[in-house]
Amino acid sequence: MVSGRTLRQPGRRGDVRVDPRPVAEAVVDPELPVLTLADLGVLRDVRTGDDGTVVVEITPTYSGCPAMGVMRADLLHALHDAGFEQVDVRTVLSPAWSTDWISAEGRRKLAEAGIAPPGAAPARTPGPVPLDLDLDRPRRTAACPLCGSPDTEEVSEFGATACTALRRCRQCQEPFEHVKEI
Amino acid sequence: MGHLETVYDALTAAHGDEARWAFGTGFDDPLAGVDTALPAGADPADLGAYCLMLGDDALVLSQRLTGWITRAPELEEEVALANIALDLLGQARLLLSRAGSCGVLGRSRERAGATVPDEDALAYFRDADEFRCAGLVAAPDGDFGHTVVRLLVASTWRLALAARLRGSRDPVLAAVAAKAVPELTYHRDHAARWVLRLGDGTAESHRRAQAGADAVWPLTADLFTPTDVERRLAGERVGVDPTDLRDEVRGVLTQVLERATLAVPPWPGDVPPRGRVGAHGPELAVLLAGLQGLSRAHPGATW
Repeated sequence: MVSGRTLRQPGRRGDVRVDPRPVAEAVVDPELPVLTLADLGVLRDVRTGDDGTVVVEITPTYSGCPAMGVMRADLLHALHDAGFEQVDVRTVLSPAWSTDWISAEGRRKLAEAGIAPPGAAPARTPGPVPLDLDLDRPRRTAACPLCGSPDTEEVSEFGATACTALRRCRQCQEPFEHVKEI
Repeated sequence: MGHLETVYDALTAAHGDEARWAFGTGFDDPLAGVDTALPAGADPADLGAYCLMLGDDALVLSQRLTGWITRAPELEEEVALANIALDLLGQARLLLSRAGSCGVLGRSRERAGATVPDEDALAYFRDADEFRCAGLVAAPDGDFGHTVVRLLVASTWRLALAARLRGSRDPVLAAVAAKAVPELTYHRDHAARWVLRLGDGTAESHRRAQAGADAVWPLTADLFTPTDVERRLAGERVGVDPTDLRDEVRGVLTQVLERATLAVPPWPGDVPPRGRVGAHGPELAVLLAGLQGLSRAHPGATW
C-alpha cells in the first residue's frame, strides 16, 4: 500500500485549495506518452478525503501491465509537486479496463502520433467465450494513421507494448502501431 | 545539482523520484489499495490454496513461454509469446498476492525474510513440492508444435475457468478473472491459429503438431478432477469444480484439431490430482532453479 509522504509544500495555496483532479489528469502514460492517464481511461477517480488526503484510483490496462508502478510514482510525484502532502494511489481491478474507455481526445492524439486508435471493443458476454477459427476473415481493421487509407493489413497481433498490434498500410507501405480492441 | 556519484543518482535527481526507475526490482504490490476482505463463510486457508493453484499455473506457464524468446520461428512470434507470458505473469502476481493476503505463505516467509513481498516470497522461496500447478504446465518443453498445442490446451482450460470465476463470491478472484478473460481469449485464439496453420500446413508441420497433441493429451488426465479445496470452494460459490469444465474444454479442443486435420488423441481417463497436491516430475525443479536462483542466492537483492 502506497501512502502519502509528507513534503514541505503546503497543501493549500494561500486560502484557496487547489483542485487535485487536473493535476492527476495531466500525468502521461509511460508507454504511450502522447496520452494522459485520463485520455487512456486508467484514471478512475480523484477525490479528497475529509482529512485532506487525495485519493487517486487507477486501473491496469492488462493484468501484466508493467507500467502500473511508474504511473503510481508519477501521480505521487505530480501531486506532491502541486502541494498535496497526503496522497493515496489505489488500484481498482473491477470493472476491467477496456479500450472503449480511451477518450475522443485520446483517440485524436493517438492518430496524430501515427498510432491507429482502437475500434469498438468486443462485447463482453457472460458464459463461454466463442472460438474464432476463420483464418481468412480479418479479426480487426484500422485505417492508416499516416495516409488515411483503409487498405491495411496486420503484421503481428502483438507489438512492443501489451496494448498494440503491428500493421502495415498497403497504400503508402508504411508500418504503424494499432491500439488493439480489448 | 551538485556532484553526482552514479548514473542512477543522476537519473533520480533529474526525475525526482526513484520509484520512476524501479524496473529491476521494487515492484509495487499489485493489489495496492484493493479491498482484500474475505467473502463471508470462505475459509482463508482454502481460498489462499486455490489462488496458489491458479497463480502457479500462470507463473510456470509464463516461465516456460519466456524460454522461447530468441528461439521462436520468427521474431513476431517471440513478441507474441512474450506478450502472452506477460499477461500470465500479471495474473500470477495478482493471484499470489491474494494467496498472501489469505495468509497462505507456508515456509516461504521464513526463507525469504520479512522484507520480501508476499508474491515474491511465494514465487522465489518455495520448493517444487510446494508448488500447486498442474502437470500440464510443469511438463518440459518440446518443439514449437508441442508448445502451441500445450498453450492451446492450457489457455482453453483457463479461459473456461476464468469465464465462470467472474461470478465468484470473492471480489478479488472475480475481478482477476474478469480481467483475464479477454487476455485468455487472445491466447487461445493465437494458439488455435498456430495449430490450424501447422496441422493443415506441410507434411512436416502436420507431423510435429500431431506429435505435440499426442504428447500433451495425456497431461490432461488430472485437469478435471477436483481437489478437496476446489470441491469445498465450489460449494461456497467462491471457486469452480474443474469437472464442470470438461465438456467445454474437450469440445473446443476437438473442434480445433479437426479443423487442423489432426487426429484427436484418445482422452485419458480421469486420475486423482497430482500437480495440485505437489506431486511433480523433476522438470519443475529444473525450471524453478532458473526462476529462483538469483533471489535464493541474494534474498532481497535490488538493482
